Amino acid sequence: MSQALTQLTAKDFASDQETRWCPGCGDYSILAQVKKVLPTLDTPREKFVFVSGIGCSSRFPYYVNTYGVHSIHGRAPAVATGVKMVRPDLSVWVITGDGDALSIGGNHLLHAIRRNIDLKIVLFNNRIYGLTKGQYSPTSEMGKKTKSTPMGSVDFPLHPISVAIGAEATFVARSVDVHVKHLEDVLVRAAKHKGAAFVEVYQNCNIFNDLAFEYAAGKDTRDDHTVILEHGKPLIFGKNRDKGIRLNGTTPEIVPLGGDIKEDDLLFHDERAPEPTLAYLLSRMHHPEFPEPLGVFRAVQRPTYEALANQQIATARSQHGEGSLETLFDDGETWVVN
Amino acid sequence: MSATTAASAAANKTVKTLELDEIVVRFVGDSGDGMQLAGTQMTNTSAVFGNDVATLPDFPAEIRAPAGSLAGVSGFQINFSSHDIRTPGDQVNCLVAMNPAGLKSNIADLEPGGILLVNEDAFNKVNLQKAGYAASPLDDGSLKGFRLFRVPLDKLTTEANKGSSLTSRALGRCRNFTALGLVYWMFNRPLEETLRWIDAKFGKKPEVAEANRNALKTGYYFGETCETFIENYKVPKARITPGRYRKLTGNEALAIGLVTAARLAGKDVFYGTYPITPASDILHQLSTYKNFGVLTFQAEDEIAAMTSVIGAAFAGAIAVTGTSGPGIALKAEGIGLAVCTELPVIIINVQRGGPSTGLPTKTEQADLLQAVCGRNGECPVAVLAPNTPADCFNMAIEACRIAIEYMTPVMLLSDGYLANGAEPWRIPDEKSLPHLKVIHPARKNGESEFLPYQRDAKLARPWALPGTPGLEHRIGGLEKEDVTGHVSYDPENHEHMVKTRAAKIAGIAKSLPKLEVLGSPQGGDLLVIGWGSTYGAITTAVERCRAQGMDVSSVHLRYLNPFQQDLGDLLKRFKRVLCPEMNLGQLSKLLRAEFLVDVKSLSKVQGKPFMVRDIVTAIETMMKGNNGR
Repeated sequence: MSQALTQLTAKDFASDQETRWCPGCGDYSILAQVKKVLPTLDTPREKFVFVSGIGCSSRFPYYVNTYGVHSIHGRAPAVATGVKMVRPDLSVWVITGDGDALSIGGNHLLHAIRRNIDLKIVLFNNRIYGLTKGQYSPTSEMGKKTKSTPMGSVDFPLHPISVAIGAEATFVARSVDVHVKHLEDVLVRAAKHKGAAFVEVYQNCNIFNDLAFEYAAGKDTRDDHTVILEHGKPLIFGKNRDKGIRLNGTTPEIVPLGGDIKEDDLLFHDERAPEPTLAYLLSRMHHPEFPEPLGVFRAVQRPTYEALANQQIATARSQHGEGSLETLFDDGETWVVN
Repeated sequence: MSATTAASAAANKTVKTLELDEIVVRFVGDSGDGMQLAGTQMTNTSAVFGNDVATLPDFPAEIRAPAGSLAGVSGFQINFSSHDIRTPGDQVNCLVAMNPAGLKSNIADLEPGGILLVNEDAFNKVNLQKAGYAASPLDDGSLKGFRLFRVPLDKLTTEANKGSSLTSRALGRCRNFTALGLVYWMFNRPLEETLRWIDAKFGKKPEVAEANRNALKTGYYFGETCETFIENYKVPKARITPGRYRKLTGNEALAIGLVTAARLAGKDVFYGTYPITPASDILHQLSTYKNFGVLTFQAEDEIAAMTSVIGAAFAGAIAVTGTSGPGIALKAEGIGLAVCTELPVIIINVQRGGPSTGLPTKTEQADLLQAVCGRNGECPVAVLAPNTPADCFNMAIEACRIAIEYMTPVMLLSDGYLANGAEPWRIPDEKSLPHLKVIHPARKNGESEFLPYQRDAKLARPWALPGTPGLEHRIGGLEKEDVTGHVSYDPENHEHMVKTRAAKIAGIAKSLPKLEVLGSPQGGDLLVIGWGSTYGAITTAVERCRAQGMDVSSVHLRYLNPFQQDLGDLLKRFKRVLCPEMNLGQLSKLLRAEFLVDVKSLSKVQGKPFMVRDIVTAIETMMKGNNGR
């Protein structure tokens, strides 16, 4: 019986393997949302491939009942590129973490994104190394005290969204592990984007970096410390939706609403802007100075790598005909010995 | 010079034509002098004429080293013959030196009394100085042991093109064809092949085509008319197996072999790679085969190249990566993943001089232990090595066969010498090629669970493709429980899996052909054993020694892991074993470890292939020792 004919549910995507993340880990929530989203995508189960690297998040493929490759540290985008080039009909997802994607695998992340190969890249950012038990990561804040940095880290962090935009991403979004509905919406948008879709998910590591994103996750704090991006709408935030983001030249500033400042004075979000300047500016708004934007920063269309590569094959076939062993062997100068 | 004057002048001198069995010509000049092109033209012409040919291009790592410098010398050696040959030749019979630097760095290889053609126009003060000559060797008597011909190649080229609209610099670039024309006269080569090539190459630039045609003919007529040339040579056609032939370099043969294997398996090639000398030409060649369904992926680095290939194999392609030693070092962890996930991937190593960046454009065989042992954990892969440029075609198909049948990574060890060297390749009859059977499972009725690590008689696991309903499964680098493929930390299972992976690779030996021994398979005084590109030199040396009555045999390995099943017995039937290798004794070490045989190593690590005489001398020394016992 074809999977496509039956309506699948999240349960159909549960594998028979016991989930082995620490109790309370943010990964559980992300797994649940992904399993909820997959059946809605109108894609049969056997057409999904989940590829991961190494780290806590990278155990993910074992817990979804699709095709999957748990590869080696940092290399998931490259493995996924091979799968997608050969089988453009498959829905290929990359599950990675801040260390996996931005430290050891930084190169592959950059190039998968700039090629715009149709991969769904979900980066679980917990700003710490979990599986190796608590060293600082490339997204850890400067001065972070960890097992490997007892006097505080002395390297400046990367910001995943800025990195993705710098790498010419066509789709960039951010959500939070516990914002169940928001995360679900963002994942659906990513899945439906044609091209490399990069999603950063703030994820809590309750063992080694607990509450790192509490400002964005906590019910009491999140409204004042995050701003939800909606295409074509002004950037308004706060529990009472009484604050906004206005551009002062090329610098964003927080302004109160209600007085002299009207909604029309605020910065309006345009995820489809051809130039990534606005998206990049938003990616530079960091806690605690600014509310951090959540949602889709950028969503533009560009031909995908696998489509262009396979199109060349079709073009070559139409120009030269389907290759045969005879034409392969007889290419160039040949001579006969009697 | 016009054709008419040349012909009439030619009538005034008598030229004696001597027939020879075999000739070795070497062209040397600046890396911008077009020596590779001249050599390639000579090769094509000789091959099409019907000689057997073997070539050795030799070029610097720098694209354009300082003009006139010793570092910038580029050379191309060709051996053409009327019999079967296997090496580009030990000694040069005719050296064509386009400048003092080329002369200085190559004169030692010219045989005593050999023909020396020099471009005397290039022997000016500046060039002599750059080459480190205090006085011109053309005048100081130092070359009196050779038959020196001073040819004004620059002047001839310019005069031949009087009235041409090309700049003098552009005309200067044609002087390699003037030299080639003279060599064609000297060795009675027809001009047609090269004239055809010039028309095809420069069809859109008629004045360039014209200048090159004039240069080639002028060189030829210069030989015909100039008083100093009273002798020339011919090498009759070789008696070789009838059939249709084409000249192939090792890299070309690999590319064609891979595409052929994919066709035989009913699949398409995915080639994921990162540019590296001397492997890049495989990428260049494969990227022209798009109408064969070949997908080439120029990855961001060697690691991405390797891991993309793992993804491509998982998705069902004939997945291949190609590189050289430094690239293999970077791919090692990825190869381990391919071993653990038991996917069919082909890894090509076109070896070059190491360690580190080493000698990028020179040949070496020092990556054998890296291929067999160079990964963490017990991590066996099949290792194969073609022994001639044309054999790269066969071994590419064989690598694919083993990868598919045994669901394993296969490492193919070529080297710089095979990659760039060329020889005639008899175009095979399609029907003579093997059928590569590929089975992808589908869900069976009533099957409750798909078992991705359930094995067949060869211990291979099923190649289940994503997209197949009901076979969803996960693979990865964590240890797997046999049969189910679930992650397992169980100690007994780990040992079982380590042994199973080893047994699977060892079992490949059952599918390999028997060894072919040159000489006496029943045993004798000395066995010379080699692998890869040393085949030509070893075989020629052993044939020579046998002709002198020595009891010496040879065997050449194309399978290095596992070894063929009859190798252990064969080694034990000889009193002594000699193993020439372009490394410090890596195969010797493996043979000693595997078979407890006292293998003597003959090493050469100069970035250059063995000369036949290197091996003959070693055989003679060993035979003397043997006789004294």
